[in-house]
Amino acid sequence: MTGMTRRDILHCAAGGAVLLAVRPAAATPAAMQEAIRQVVGSARLTPGRMQLSVPPLSENGNTVPCTVTVESAMTAQDHVKAIHIFNEKNPQPNVISMQLGPRAGRASVSTRIRLSETQTVTAIAQMSDGSFRSHSANVIVTQGACLEDTP
Amino acid sequence: MSRALISVPPKAKKGEVVQIKALIQHVMETGFRPNSSGVLLPRDIITSFKCLYNGTEVFACEMFPAMAANPFLTFHTLATESGTLEFQWTGDNGFSVKESAKIQVE
Amino acid sequence: MRRRPRGFLAALVVAATAGAALAQAPPGERRTGYELLGPTTKAMQDDDMANPGMLWVLDGEALWARPAGSAGKACAGCHGDAAESMKGVAARYPAFDDKAGRPIDLEQRINQCRVDRQEAPALARESRELNALTVFIARQSRSLPIEDVVAKDERLKPFLEAGKALFERRQGQLNLSCAQCHEELWDKHLAGNTISQAHPTGYPQYRLEWQTLGSLQRRLRNCLIGLRAETYAYGAPEYVDLALYLMWRARGLPIEAPAVRP
Repeated sequence: MTGMTRRDILHCAAGGAVLLAVRPAAATPAAMQEAIRQVVGSARLTPGRMQLSVPPLSENGNTVPCTVTVESAMTAQDHVKAIHIFNEKNPQPNVISMQLGPRAGRASVSTRIRLSETQTVTAIAQMSDGSFRSHSANVIVTQGACLEDTP
Repeated sequence: MSRALISVPPKAKKGEVVQIKALIQHVMETGFRPNSSGVLLPRDIITSFKCLYNGTEVFACEMFPAMAANPFLTFHTLATESGTLEFQWTGDNGFSVKESAKIQVE
Repeated sequence: MRRRPRGFLAALVVAATAGAALAQAPPGERRTGYELLGPTTKAMQDDDMANPGMLWVLDGEALWARPAGSAGKACAGCHGDAAESMKGVAARYPAFDDKAGRPIDLEQRINQCRVDRQEAPALARESRELNALTVFIARQSRSLPIEDVVAKDERLKPFLEAGKALFERRQGQLNLSCAQCHEELWDKHLAGNTISQAHPTGYPQYRLEWQTLGSLQRRLRNCLIGLRAETYAYGAPEYVDLALYLMWRARGLPIEAPAVRP
């Protein structure tokens, strides 16, 4: 099948073109890097000793489950202070910033996020000694076939 | 009013790490979505959440429009003493919900 | 913008040109939508503390106990403990109603009770209140098998036939019938989703696409929009006939409300 299909034409006729016109500019990988810089400042990001778990293929970008686990003793001297999640291509790069401490006992958190399209998600862990760790994962976002009209 | 579901184990041993789940009803309207006339629907999200254990904050977070509707969080805390865990969500348009759960520590 | 794979149109063209006879899956080959889910979506449905649909069940539980209307009666005032009185009810709806002279669905039954017994205004279709009460009642039938209501009530037969005809009728600009996708192409992919056998086991259900809880009628309307066909008004007899046929087709499968689906 080549060129514009009947379905594409119908989609545009249904208002796809209008939606495009008002959609705000999406975040970019550069915007995500900038948002990460706001959190880590000039500190170095070290990959490893933490895990961002996301399904490699999401059934719907509206609700993508994700879990972040950081290797840490979680003692008063050595613990995770914060976990941040960022995305590359949504309208905004920030997703969530979580504050935790030695009272957490275990540095493992889960939530559900929105991804507008296939992209890379990055989690950053801020450690009590001032260091930062990171882990990134790519999520393929699929979309349902028969979409409703906008309410 | 928004319903919330909290999962806290009713009993734990002192020093045990317990898992907490918090789910709340909220549309999390991003502010980036147009209606059928092409007009952006105004942002209406939960912006922050915190969990207090006998008055001391043990977990808190700031949320952005990229959080899924009906926000769900799972985190952990050390069972230190018997008492109350309080959960507070706040957001746009004066949104404020509080829930609590008891924990018995042996 | 998210892109949909090219396979979408190809699948539809295959469906539209397939001349094969439409065979209903035999009982042994029936699959609920749950069985076609990915592991994370299954987990979301399985844990009551993580299933967003349970928030509406909580809502419904509160509404069940709250007096409404000028009669000042609550559902609980007549029906008592829903765990007892509503057990199995969702597994045998739509049911024939003498007053209407035709089958009505659970939502219509709730509204009939509100208007006649509670003397309160009917709740709007897809309103949070109506979906909440419906899912609270449906939840009381979780894991019970869907009953063959037509075998027990002959009066339903012509409506079952009407529902079957709707299911098999080609419609919309895409000129497709429900059966072409849900009987011939289930387990294949339509864009990112796996095509189900269209068994209404988990309604009202939480759909990730909707980001909220919705009724079977909303799902049927959603399918019609996908076919670029005319939709019916909420509560229209066509939707109820179709629901009756789908429930009959799914007889024996367990109720799983509130289900979670992509």
